[in-house]
Amino acid sequence: MAHDHHHGSYLTPKGGTLATVLDWATTVDHKKIGVMYLFAVLFMFFLGGVAAVALRTELWDPVRINEAGQVTGQLFGPADATSVATGNDIYNRLFTLHGAIMVFMVIVPSVPASLGNFLIPLMLGAKDVAFPRLNLLSWYIYVIGSIFAVSSIVLGGVDTGWTFYTPYSTSTDADMMRVVYMVLGAFILGFSSILTGLNFVVTVHKLRAPGMGWFDMPLFVWGLYATSIIQVLATPVIGITLLLLTFERLFGIGIFDPAKGGDPVLYQHFFWFYSHPVVYVMILPAMAIINEVIPVHSRKAIFGYKSMAFASLAIAAVAFLVWGHHMFTSMSEMASAIFSGLTFLVAIPTAVKMFNWIATLYKGSISLTTPMIYAVNFLVLFAIGGLTGLPLATLSTDLHLHDSYFVVAHFHYVMMGGTIIALLAGLHHWWPKMFGKMYNAFWANIGAIVVFIGFNVTFFTQFFMGVQGMPRRYASYVEDFQIYHQISTIGSYILAVGFFIHLFVFIHSLAAGKKAAQNPWGGLTMEWAADSPPIEHNFAHEPVCTHGPYDFDRVVPPGWKEADWPVPEGVKPQLSGAELTSHKGGGH
Amino acid sequence: MSTYPTQSSGQPGGQSGGAAADARPLWARYKFGHHFRNSHDEFEASKFGFWLFLSTEVLLFAGIFCAYALFRAMYPEAWAEGSKALDWKVGTINTVVLLVSSFTMAYAIYCFQTDKQERARRMLVITFFAGLTFLLVKFGFEYMPKWSGYFFSFDPALSKYTANIVPEQAKLGGLIQFVEGYGGKRPGKMFDYPFASSPQMPIWWAVYYSGTVIHASHVVIGMALIARAWWRARKGHYGPGHYTFVEITGLYWHLVDLVWIFLFPLLYLIH
Repeated sequence: MAHDHHHGSYLTPKGGTLATVLDWATTVDHKKIGVMYLFAVLFMFFLGGVAAVALRTELWDPVRINEAGQVTGQLFGPADATSVATGNDIYNRLFTLHGAIMVFMVIVPSVPASLGNFLIPLMLGAKDVAFPRLNLLSWYIYVIGSIFAVSSIVLGGVDTGWTFYTPYSTSTDADMMRVVYMVLGAFILGFSSILTGLNFVVTVHKLRAPGMGWFDMPLFVWGLYATSIIQVLATPVIGITLLLLTFERLFGIGIFDPAKGGDPVLYQHFFWFYSHPVVYVMILPAMAIINEVIPVHSRKAIFGYKSMAFASLAIAAVAFLVWGHHMFTSMSEMASAIFSGLTFLVAIPTAVKMFNWIATLYKGSISLTTPMIYAVNFLVLFAIGGLTGLPLATLSTDLHLHDSYFVVAHFHYVMMGGTIIALLAGLHHWWPKMFGKMYNAFWANIGAIVVFIGFNVTFFTQFFMGVQGMPRRYASYVEDFQIYHQISTIGSYILAVGFFIHLFVFIHSLAAGKKAAQNPWGGLTMEWAADSPPIEHNFAHEPVCTHGPYDFDRVVPPGWKEADWPVPEGVKPQLSGAELTSHKGGGH
Repeated sequence: MSTYPTQSSGQPGGQSGGAAADARPLWARYKFGHHFRNSHDEFEASKFGFWLFLSTEVLLFAGIFCAYALFRAMYPEAWAEGSKALDWKVGTINTVVLLVSSFTMAYAIYCFQTDKQERARRMLVITFFAGLTFLLVKFGFEYMPKWSGYFFSFDPALSKYTANIVPEQAKLGGLIQFVEGYGGKRPGKMFDYPFASSPQMPIWWAVYYSGTVIHASHVVIGMALIARAWWRARKGHYGPGHYTFVEITGLYWHLVDLVWIFLFPLLYLIH
């Protein structure tokens, strides 16, 4: 009964160029929306990355006055006293731009809105997310919010840092509306985040395939479920915060202004009540990707499935109780000690996950594909990022380390070494499914290695700077730090080269890649039972969940022949992939 | 939420048959989204999603209540003085208006469930105008005098300030009267009320205006949802088999009511 076009690939153009563009612009297909999000996020990643490379370039040899009273540093034209101020100004805008774009427009939406949108319905065996039109709306809201934020840059930039701390954010650039544009941009982006999270929670509750209980879901879905709960519960708080900040900025209502009896620390509490949980919005989806990549590419069931699922929920729960560790210096000792203790709690479920991943790799049949190389990168970098969080949670050491480059290095290891690296793992893992094309594995591997080297050269150096007292967010520094800054800057260039290699690999894949098989890696989750790329309604028939997502020892993956699948001795496969895909669902 | 495919695709939709020739009302011809198994699932999913959205609304207002609690603890005199500057009688009227409108909203949903179309639409109209009444009272009898010192000439509160009326400043042929020394109760740097005894009064008014303006904007959104429900109800979109949009409009309207139930005593009643 279904129409013909329901059986074509979702990528098949609908008529001419204009018709195709219109079709994409008005689509409610979660796959197309996921792809549109992916490209929007990657574009913003490019903008934020340009700002990062530019600010690292400024730090190579900042225009500054040395101990002898001479102006040094030549990067931004002839050096004199005014160029010091100009250089500092440019630097302040660059790091704000970098931070705001990377946090609000890249890392928060990156995995959930792109891969999550594409994969959650497929993994649950559903035709779409629960609210397809809301999903499209969230993409447009994302675009509008990004336009607001970018317009503040076009008007000359914002220099508050991505945290918009008062009273600086209410007093800087009094002649311009730039801060308001940036803040409203972040406010609008919050709606897109809420709508995505809400959609996923309902989808997971209501649209699982017949036979799929909560503990039959792939761990990717569990991770994004925990993420979505944080998005729904934390984002409104940043909404009211940024709204009050806008009122403060436009009308001077005084809530955050100490001169009128207001309290700037209240702003910080409000801000971090959102922004700390949102750190887990950034990392939980990354962990979710690794949960899929490691078992598939080691052909081994994930170690400790339930502990993984509950660790995700535990991280989401503790996420709401640790915001105070951003304000250790403006709280009572008792409050600081409590927040410090709660912060240590995060390490427990996180360490459970690390343990489980490594235990999964142990005695697995590991194939070092690009996604797997990235997953191993993730384990190394995230371990460093996680462990360096502990001295920052410790009150005594934090007193020395806070607001230094140690903090910068720590959260880049978690946010970039964690989230962006995992996003790349996921992209390489699901690229064949999303676009039906393989990529050049050799060059992708080279890219992965270059990114890994560039990343460590950039950020490992910053731990040393930070311990020696180099403060973050400074445009300039004493000469003793120059060698570290220059190593770090070289690293950022290597990193940029690595990303460009990936860009070319992806472009080459889209233009001339080999056609991807239905299930190139031998995954068992339901998205691999769909075509590559999937048909418009995902599955020809409603699939039924007949086995766990990681039963590699007893199920031959969809699209594979039993003879090609190395089954462990003594174990007979109970189900073949053919049976799985041809299974006609009930329900109607 | 609601799609009306002109041809049956076989999968979605409890009912079959060509829409053009179908004489049944629109709600009976409703076909649920193709990604749901049945219309009950779709209804439950929509309600669940909307409850999640309501939780975000509660957290949004939580910020205001948090600021209220903090500054109340810091500046109890300002809070006492500010609370006394508000007229509990006006607040009570608005509370009653919203409570009644919550009843009419719920009754409208009941009427759709039992297919009493005309009464359902009438209830939506009453709810809409209750919302409008709330806004008019809020702006005309509270914001306007406090902000600028201008009163409606028929405002009962004006009788207390007859000695301070400046007839030269009256507007709209005497419909709006100006009272000397009453206005200027504004937030933050715009504060211009000469007789405040607590120096932190600007913060009180900042919390008052932020909270009530954000609430009032929710009243406006609620009224827009009700207007849409009424418009579509005229064409017969809602009935016993399908009334999802009215249901979630009702949930939203009750939240608007509930937030006011908390704002009212905190702002008007406790000193």
